[in-house]
Amino acid sequence: MSAKVLKKLQSVLGDAILETSSFRGDEEVRVALKDWVRVAQVLRDDPELAMNHWVDLTAVDWPEREMEGQPRFDVLFSVRSYEKKHRIRVKALVKDGEDVPTLTTVWAGANWAEREVFDMFGIRFAGHRDLRRILMYDEFVGYPLRKDYPIDRVQPLVEYRDADDTLKLPPFGIEEGQPFARVDWEERLAGRDEQVSPSIAVQTGQRRALSDSEIAEAQFAKKPEESAAE
Amino acid sequence: MGEVKTIVGGSSGESFFTTKFESLLAWARKYSLFQYPFATACCGMEFFAVASPRYDIARFGAEAPRFSPRQSDVLWVVGTISQRQGPALKRIYEQMAEPKWVVSFGTCASCGGFYDNYTTIPGVDKIIPVDVYIPGCPPRPEAVLDGLMLLMEKIQKGNREPVTVLPKVVPELAQLRGKRALPIAGGGSKEGA
Ligand code: SF4
Repeated sequence: MSAKVLKKLQSVLGDAILETSSFRGDEEVRVALKDWVRVAQVLRDDPELAMNHWVDLTAVDWPEREMEGQPRFDVLFSVRSYEKKHRIRVKALVKDGEDVPTLTTVWAGANWAEREVFDMFGIRFAGHRDLRRILMYDEFVGYPLRKDYPIDRVQPLVEYRDADDTLKLPPFGIEEGQPFARVDWEERLAGRDEQVSPSIAVQTGQRRALSDSEIAEAQFAKKPEESAAE
Repeated sequence: MGEVKTIVGGSSGESFFTTKFESLLAWARKYSLFQYPFATACCGMEFFAVASPRYDIARFGAEAPRFSPRQSDVLWVVGTISQRQGPALKRIYEQMAEPKWVVSFGTCASCGGFYDNYTTIPGVDKIIPVDVYIPGCPPRPEAVLDGLMLLMEKIQKGNREPVTVLPKVVPELAQLRGKRALPIAGGGSKEGA
């Protein structure tokens, strides 16, 4: 399918191609960062390649590779040709802190993809005109798709409320909102940790509802005889 | 309405009834809930279904959406709320005039759902108080109507404690699964819509 793209690239660019792989119609070339833009231009402008469809640019983090003294990130982009119906993926190894030349000069569509990779991995693109975070907010510290970003670190923009309005208690505690990963399954299977939310417990009779005097104390209280009137 | 006494009589046979002002007010409120739909994700589709003629939320007097928080009574938080949306949601809640209620529609809005990560608020109750939780991913329209009826019940009673739409016992389904349905004591949502 796209194997002829590999051949063509090898004949045009020769030594710029460091490595190729081909697996069930999924062709990939690895190039050095210094040839990044040149390869992109050839892919777009060569009449036999004519890659006019920008697909995506992304990155992969390999922290263990950095320990072996190799570049930490893979940065890759995919492009496609509408007319020739072939496609290719181009990859480069990037060290932490190393700049990647921008591809926005070749395909304008690279703009947001590069911003996303910057946002998620902290890889900077030299020559990009507007390299800001695109998905996360400016206050966010760190790069969430790096493998060393702690899996449970959240950076709320609004401070979490800690049940100041006693009559509308949140059913889960501050740390319990997302129960899937944080449940202690051994405790729960042994029946020691039931994790029944207060509101469900009241509805099902496992916990008593607030008494009239407790309600009267609270901020939005109605008078006791009114709540009893119903 | 709370205590209603109907009295027929008088010289010309006219009838009238007596009740408490608070009950009358609550009755009026619960049948004219203007909603502010804060729909952000896939649950929004099911929310539209509830408003469609098949389920017809207009039966409950709750069909009028108002895209100004100043004019709405119920804030429907429908879908995943990311950390980045938190300030907007909180601000909309604060702009609503009392009395106001909040319905958390779907698992994501109620507890973050499976988005257990850096992007998502683990339940909107972390930033605003919630009155009714409707679980489900997404909840079926029937569950949503159950939630609305729970809210109306709460408004009538003046009860501010959060309530959750409980799962329904469907004996046929339990039979199909070859298990006994788990009994749910005292649930407010067993009678269907
Ligand atoms: S609860 Fe499910 S359907 Fe609703 S917003 Fe979350 S993922 Fe989508």
